[in-house]
Amino acid sequence: MLKGVVHKYGANVDTDAIIPARYLNVSAPDELAKHCMEDIDLEFVKKVKPGDIIVATSNFGCGSSREHAPIAIKAAGVSAVVAGTFARIFFRNAINIGLPLLESQEAVDATEAGDELEIDLEAGTVRNVNKNLVFKAKPYPDFMSQIIQSGGLIEYTKHRISKGVVQ
Amino acid sequence: MNLAEKILAAHAGKDHVTPGEFISAKVDVVLANDITAPIAIREFWKFGLEKVFDPKKIVFVPDHFVPNKDIASAEQAKILREFSRAQGVNFFECGQMGIEHVILHEKGLVMPGDVVIGADSHTCTYGALGAFATGMGSTDIASAMATGDIWMKVPPTIKFNFKGKLPKYVSGKDLILYTIGQIGVDGALYAAMEFGGEAIDKLSMEGRFTMANMAIEAGAKAGLFQPDKKAVAYARGRGDRKPVVFEADADAQYQAVHEYDVSQLEPQVALPHLPSNVKPVSQVGRVYLDQVVIGSCTNGRFEDLQAAASIMNGKKVNSNLRCIIIPGSQQVYLDALRAGYIEVFIQAGCAVSTPTCGPCLGGHMGILAAGEKCLATTNRNFVGRMGSPQSEVYLASPAVAAASALAGKIVSPGALA
Repeated sequence: MLKGVVHKYGANVDTDAIIPARYLNVSAPDELAKHCMEDIDLEFVKKVKPGDIIVATSNFGCGSSREHAPIAIKAAGVSAVVAGTFARIFFRNAINIGLPLLESQEAVDATEAGDELEIDLEAGTVRNVNKNLVFKAKPYPDFMSQIIQSGGLIEYTKHRISKGVVQ
Repeated sequence: MNLAEKILAAHAGKDHVTPGEFISAKVDVVLANDITAPIAIREFWKFGLEKVFDPKKIVFVPDHFVPNKDIASAEQAKILREFSRAQGVNFFECGQMGIEHVILHEKGLVMPGDVVIGADSHTCTYGALGAFATGMGSTDIASAMATGDIWMKVPPTIKFNFKGKLPKYVSGKDLILYTIGQIGVDGALYAAMEFGGEAIDKLSMEGRFTMANMAIEAGAKAGLFQPDKKAVAYARGRGDRKPVVFEADADAQYQAVHEYDVSQLEPQVALPHLPSNVKPVSQVGRVYLDQVVIGSCTNGRFEDLQAAASIMNGKKVNSNLRCIIIPGSQQVYLDALRAGYIEVFIQAGCAVSTPTCGPCLGGHMGILAAGEKCLATTNRNFVGRMGSPQSEVYLASPAVAAASALAGKIVSPGALA
C-alpha cells in the first residue's frame, strides 16, 4: 500500500518541466532529483516528502524520451503518479524503471493539492483519505503486468535471456 | 492492414496484427545519444552479457551537448565513445557527422520498411521514408541492445489527407504545425499518424522528414508516409541495404481520417508554450524578437538553409536580435557552403554553428535570458525549453524565421516583398 500527500498539477506537464535538459549532462538519480519539477514549481523539491504522490490532469510526461524524468520523480521520493492520461513514452519509461502510474480521471477530478491518497497497486485502487472516496484505476495491460511482476524491464529481459532468446 | 500494421506484422513474424495487440518486433536500428545512451549502457551491463546482439544495428550519436560544453557532458560522450569502440557499434563523432535525425537517413542507416527504435522522442523522423520509427527510453534501448527485439503495442492509425497545392512559402513545417494545432498535443496519443494526399505527393523528402519529426508533438507513436518513387530514390544507393516497400491494403482500417485543404493555408506559427498553440502568421500580432534559431532535427536540412538563404540574400539581420544558423550535419554544412548560403548568412550578420542540438533543448549555443523571445525552427516551445523559464519560444518554418530575423519581429516572408 502506497500512502502520501498530493502535489497537484494541470494538463500537459512536459518532460522539460519535470527535469529541464540543462541538467541532463548527468544521469545520477540523486542529482536529477534536486531539480525535479523546477520549471513549473520551484518549491516542489523543498516540500516533497517520501511517499508523496503527484496528481495531474492529462497527458502527463509529454515531450522528450528522457528516462531522467521518471527517474527524477522516483528519486525525489514520489511513490506514484495519478493522471487522467499519460504520454506514451513516459508511461513506458516509468513502468520500465518501477515508478507506478495510475490512470483515473475520476480520482484526479476529486483530488486537491494537500489531500492524502492511499494506493493499492494490486487492486488498482486510489483512495482519497480526506474525502473517503475510492476510485478504480484503468488496469494495466497483461503484457505490462508481466513486466511489473518481473520487477521491471531489466529483470523481465534477464528472464528472457535465461530462456535462450539471446544466443 | 495499413502501412504501420504491415511493417509491424513483418517484424513480428506474423501474417496479421491488429491495433491493441502486443507483439515482439525485431528491430533494424537501435539509436541513442549523449543524453540517453549513458543510462542505456549502464542498464545493458546488468544483463551480464559481454556483447550487444548486433553492433551493425546499433547507432550512437553524441549530438546534444557537443562539442562538449562542460566536463560533465564530456564524461557522458566518453561513455558512448568507449562502449562503441569496445563493441564495434556505429559511433558518429562530433565534427564528422551531425544531429542524429539528420544523419541516419543521410548515411543510409535507415531504409523504408525498417523498424527503428531510438532513445530520443524525435526518432519518429524516419517515418518519412516509410519506416516504423518510434522514441523510447534508455531501459528499452538497453533491452533491445541485448535481444534485438522490443515489445510493442500495435497502434491504431489516424490518416491525414492534405488536398490542394501548397501556396508559396508554405512548407512541411506549416502542414505539421497546422495539424498539431487542429488535433492538439495529445490528439494522436498512442496512435500512428499517416500522411498522404496530393500536397504530400509533391512535398520534398526534406519536408516529409520535418513532418514526421513532429508527430511526437501530437503524442503519436509514429508518423508515416507511404514510400513513393521519391522516397525509394532517396534511400537507394545510401548504405548497404535495399529499401523494402510495404503498402497499405485497399481495405486498410484507420481510427479516423482527417482531410485538410491546404490551397489557402498561410505559414503557421506556434506560440508559447505548446506546439499546438498555433496561429496563421498574419494573426500572431506584433512580437519583437531577441533571437532567431534556424536548424535542429526538425529544420536543419539543406532545403531549410536554402529557404532561409534565398530570403536573406543581400540583406541584414535586424540589429535588435541575434540569428543563429545551425546546419544539421557536416554534409548539409558543406553543401550549404558550396551553394554560397553560408556566405549569405555571414554577410547578413548571422552566427553559423557546427551541427548540434544545443539551443533546441536549452543545452548550449543560444540560451535565452528571462523575458527574451525567440523564433525557432525547432520542435518544442515548452516553458524553459531554450533557457530561462521566463523566456518565450515561437516555432515556425525556416522561411518565416529568416523573414522575421530581417524584420526584427514575427512576419510572413510574403510581407517583406
